[in-house]
Amino acid sequence: MPKTIIEMKGISKAFPGVQALQDCNLNVQEGEVHALLGENGAGKSTLMKVLTGIYHADCGEIFFDGKKVTLSSVIDARDLGITMIHQELNLLTNLTIAQNIFIGKEIKKGPFLQENAINEQSKELLKKVNLPVSPETMISSLTVAQQQMVEIAKAISYHSKVIIMDEPTAPLSSSEIDSLFTLIREMKKNKISIIYISHRMDEIKKICDRATILRDGQYIATVNVSDTPLSDIISMMVGREITYIRKKRDKSKISKEEVLRVENLCCGNKVNNVSFSLKKGEILGFAGLIGAGRTETARAIFGADIPDGGIVYINGKKVSIHSPYDAVRCGISYLSEDRKQQGLIIEMPVEDNITIAALGRLKKHLGFVDFKKCGEKAEEYVSMLRIKTPSLRSVAKSLSGGNQQKIVVAKWLLRDTDVLIFDEPTRGIDIGAKDEICELLIQLADIGKAVIMISSEMQEIMRVCDRILVMHEGEITGELDAEEVTQEEIMKLASKIEGEKV
Amino acid sequence: MKNVVKQMKGFSIQKMAIIFGLFAMIIFFSFASSNFFTPSNINNILLSTMINGVLACGAIFVIVTGGIDVSIGTSMSFVSVMLGVFITWWGIPAPVGILLGLILGGLIGLLNGIMVTKMSITPFIATLGMQMITSGLAIVITNGSPIYFNTIDGYQSICLGTPFGQMGGSDYAVNNGVLIMFALAVIFGVILSKTIFGRYLYAIGNSKEATRLSGIRVELWELLAYIVAGGMSAVAAVLMTSRMNTAYPATGAGYEMNAVAACVIGGASLAGGKGSMKGAILGAFIMSILTNGLRLLSIPTEWQKVLTGLIIIIAVFLDMTGKKKNKI
Repeated sequence: MPKTIIEMKGISKAFPGVQALQDCNLNVQEGEVHALLGENGAGKSTLMKVLTGIYHADCGEIFFDGKKVTLSSVIDARDLGITMIHQELNLLTNLTIAQNIFIGKEIKKGPFLQENAINEQSKELLKKVNLPVSPETMISSLTVAQQQMVEIAKAISYHSKVIIMDEPTAPLSSSEIDSLFTLIREMKKNKISIIYISHRMDEIKKICDRATILRDGQYIATVNVSDTPLSDIISMMVGREITYIRKKRDKSKISKEEVLRVENLCCGNKVNNVSFSLKKGEILGFAGLIGAGRTETARAIFGADIPDGGIVYINGKKVSIHSPYDAVRCGISYLSEDRKQQGLIIEMPVEDNITIAALGRLKKHLGFVDFKKCGEKAEEYVSMLRIKTPSLRSVAKSLSGGNQQKIVVAKWLLRDTDVLIFDEPTRGIDIGAKDEICELLIQLADIGKAVIMISSEMQEIMRVCDRILVMHEGEITGELDAEEVTQEEIMKLASKIEGEKV
Repeated sequence: MKNVVKQMKGFSIQKMAIIFGLFAMIIFFSFASSNFFTPSNINNILLSTMINGVLACGAIFVIVTGGIDVSIGTSMSFVSVMLGVFITWWGIPAPVGILLGLILGGLIGLLNGIMVTKMSITPFIATLGMQMITSGLAIVITNGSPIYFNTIDGYQSICLGTPFGQMGGSDYAVNNGVLIMFALAVIFGVILSKTIFGRYLYAIGNSKEATRLSGIRVELWELLAYIVAGGMSAVAAVLMTSRMNTAYPATGAGYEMNAVAACVIGGASLAGGKGSMKGAILGAFIMSILTNGLRLLSIPTEWQKVLTGLIIIIAVFLDMTGKKKNKI
């Protein structure tokens, strides 16, 4: 009987308006690779944040090596031997490998740092993770894969018994993944346990011993990976009663007129030969996992990033877009997933935010702002979209997420573009507002807008869209009709499992 | 009625604090020195605010975008010298020479703007470079010696002319230069608060990326802000040379920081998105009244500097505490 190193029992955690975790369990044995599976928003990262002391659970118990523990900070968790390697690596790029590994536990003689000592010790650690570079190398000159190795070396330096890896293979090439797996197997031999979070099902089969599945914040099951078919795991992840009714959209609202056509769009390594077309009155969904290149595709079309290649046609005419200014003039708008940083001018009043994109049309001669017209238009959209705000002069920051999102929608409706690209429009807003936003998208299409919706919530995309494109690693892996599609089909294309029946 | 309420709400604690501070200072100095509240001293204060005020008019445009222009003082020196070159050395008629000077100031601003927007150099570094270049050129051109405008009839009256004559038989007269400052403050204040140009500048200062993604040509508007700052330094050069009837090659050294201080005392934030023309001009007045009053009280120059420094810090501190209170 293998020894249990971590036992989480009945963990619950609520945030205002959301029950993120409800009675969740996790049992990790010594020296195993344990997969933690679930859709985006299933509660994986919240559970891991509880385990690493970032969040404090509302109820539930955590046992480490058989003893009950309370984790009130990252340092508590680290001292016990639990470390997390985040998807966004936390290295200081302008310091050396050794300085990063020993940050916070520098070796000193009196007030002086002993660089030689940390370099010596780092050399040992780097040997353990098979990274043949000098400990004095700057982090900035390493590849992402190498930086990940440094993170692992750092975790080992804390004598970690449990290492949590969040999507470690997302930025890696296949040979880099192989060497990561070799390292993971070696760590297993040294009785280090790994909690492995990944969306790539083929990797789960390859490297993991057991898997715990979460869904909507609830514990579903823990299974032995080797004797459970992947299709069962996937249906455990997504399989739930369909909780929404897809309203039959009046197909006649979709006109034959093609508004937008994109051919062979390429941008960096995140967008690869993306081609699609969009009709007036149609809602096109972009499904896929986080990091699949959907946001990057939208940004390239919008001119927020400059594409490396590809042609964009608007109403059949070829256009060249070098900046968001060009895109808006061509009739494309983009509602960013990062509402607070990129969608809103957060410190400015509601009215100024709604009118900012259309000011060119709301001016009198000599460039004077037509304050009266601005006020009227803002008022009109506030009541039309039912934006709840104390006044038009209230600062955007003071409103709730759903109302902030509506301000961004109002901004672009006032600007009146033909194509609207919504990037994760319902992220971080409560359920009621989510519904409203979804309905709004359908209404927009009904009045003849061409709508693109990027969403990681499959249900939402299936409910709202007419047609769904699935992306995986910068490429479109499939096109599906939203009326007939199942979540399994989307998941399969999004994680690109081939050869296995789902 | 609704408008009045709106305006009252817009009247932040900090704006009140500036006005209160200004009045407190005036009352204090009036009691402390019998020479303070006299027509001739008021004229002195107005004239000594003139240059700082004009420079602050330009500086506020850049500061609102979240940038900074530390070249406006030495650009003023450089344009001063070039005015001397155009008008006295080359004998170009004064109006044409002045026009050339203004264009030159605008060009310096354009170069700053290009460095900041197209070449992505941090505003402080780009304009610091320009500061060194313009201060060096001003000395190279003149060999370090002043250029006099004595031979140019009427040049001095551009700044010192008194369009309304002596007032009420006293020795008080408003100078052209002071009127020009107020006129510019009003015109550019309106531009900043009532036109789309101004609105975009605040938006850029608050969030450049969100503004860009709203389909606004951020680079263009930012560039224009630097041109305004450069142009104002040229206006200041005209007023300075006219007041002194001389172009001194180091005449503007240090003025850039006075302009920044004026804006900041007036509620602008170097992080961008905040500040107003009213504030900037009030700030310029607070600084010159403080200097003037302390001088009348025979406080040594060194101590004047110490006190001015303290005032700037206190003003910004009040601003920060005001903000924190608003958050709660």
